[in-house]
Amino acid sequence: MSKTEREPMFSAKNIKLLSTPLNDENPITVQVLGICSALAVTVKLEPAVVLAVAVVAVMGSANVIISVLRKTIPNRIRIIVQLVVIASLVILVDQVLKAFFYDVSRQLSVFVGLIITNCIIMGRLEAFALGNRIWPSFLDGVGNAAGYGWILIVVAFFRELLGSGTVWDYPVMEKLGLFNIGYENNGFMILPPMALITVGVIIWVQRSRNRKLIESK
Amino acid sequence: MEGLVNIFVRSVFIDNMVFAYFLGMCSYLAVSKTVSTANGLGIAVIFVLGITVPVNYLIENYFLSAGAMAWLGPGFEAVDLSFLSFIMFIAVIASMVQLVEMTVEKFAPALYSSLGIFLPLIAVNCAILGGSLFMQEREYANIAEAASFGLGSGVGFYLAIVGIAAIREKIRYSNVPGPLRGLGITFIVTGLMGIAFMSFMGIKL
Repeated sequence: MSKTEREPMFSAKNIKLLSTPLNDENPITVQVLGICSALAVTVKLEPAVVLAVAVVAVMGSANVIISVLRKTIPNRIRIIVQLVVIASLVILVDQVLKAFFYDVSRQLSVFVGLIITNCIIMGRLEAFALGNRIWPSFLDGVGNAAGYGWILIVVAFFRELLGSGTVWDYPVMEKLGLFNIGYENNGFMILPPMALITVGVIIWVQRSRNRKLIESK
Repeated sequence: MEGLVNIFVRSVFIDNMVFAYFLGMCSYLAVSKTVSTANGLGIAVIFVLGITVPVNYLIENYFLSAGAMAWLGPGFEAVDLSFLSFIMFIAVIASMVQLVEMTVEKFAPALYSSLGIFLPLIAVNCAILGGSLFMQEREYANIAEAASFGLGSGVGFYLAIVGIAAIREKIRYSNVPGPLRGLGITFIVTGLMGIAFMSFMGIKL
């Protein structure tokens, strides 16, 4: 391949692959993919960050592997091939978590396994990695996983701050002295339904700033 | 028998798949625009969960967990294949969905035409894999308990998706603020439904 044909590593097109999933094409708030795990692990910041990193790792590598194999996978059995690739990567992540972060792995319980059926991974493999070269596929995977991750982290931040009065287990509200003037933790934020309402509010804020995302009636 | 009813009611109301664990959210949001499609998907989920959870229970207890293969002979007592459970479960689910699809197509064509497009979708519905993983984590005592947990979770999902579909059909006539329209309001309504379901938490079974 001659040098002139090669695209630079970070051309405008590639940067775009990385940045649109953060806002305009966000997997959670716009494409509505991968919601299941997003909500259940957001009671505290730490498991949310760990899950976000795990998803970035799985999605980046799954996209690369499928992109490498894209010309050899027979079309009819592609879903099974994708599931096997994802499941093997998730087993790797799960074993690493169990070995080095046992407490977090206990808190995440079944949700590490549920990365396998996280529709955002399958969705990107189908929609992007099967038809594109390795480097763009990698960027697309990382970009989408990051778009997923930041929503996760924002939700977890607010739920932990308002629900337990801490940030990453550091007692912010206590240090600010708010308890002395009558502030109470809102125990409601820890309960599952508040995760949904928090995401609803995030969607509200995002769409009122980015009006082209508003759904028509 | 009492124990089985107990597990069933628990998994329908208290440990509801959608409201307590957010499983199956993707299809819950995508297929809940009208009651009739929601009905089809709900029935398909009950079907598949009721079958895959007991099957995965057998696989877990006779092949995968530590010492489960002792029935093959003394040499197999130390074998622990539990790290393979994700890949086994998803393979079982994918093939069971295929099998169920073929059986239904052959013996109940009317049901097949109404469930048709939903069955393949279910292989990647997290509620199904979640059901098997929760079954593994909670260590049910026998296959009947696992089956009643599977069916109960399916019924819980059915209730949730039909409920939200009915609400979304009505909400179309109200004047929702622009940025909240569609997805946003659905999230908030689901949250409110979850709060309603939390009132079952106080029930002692």
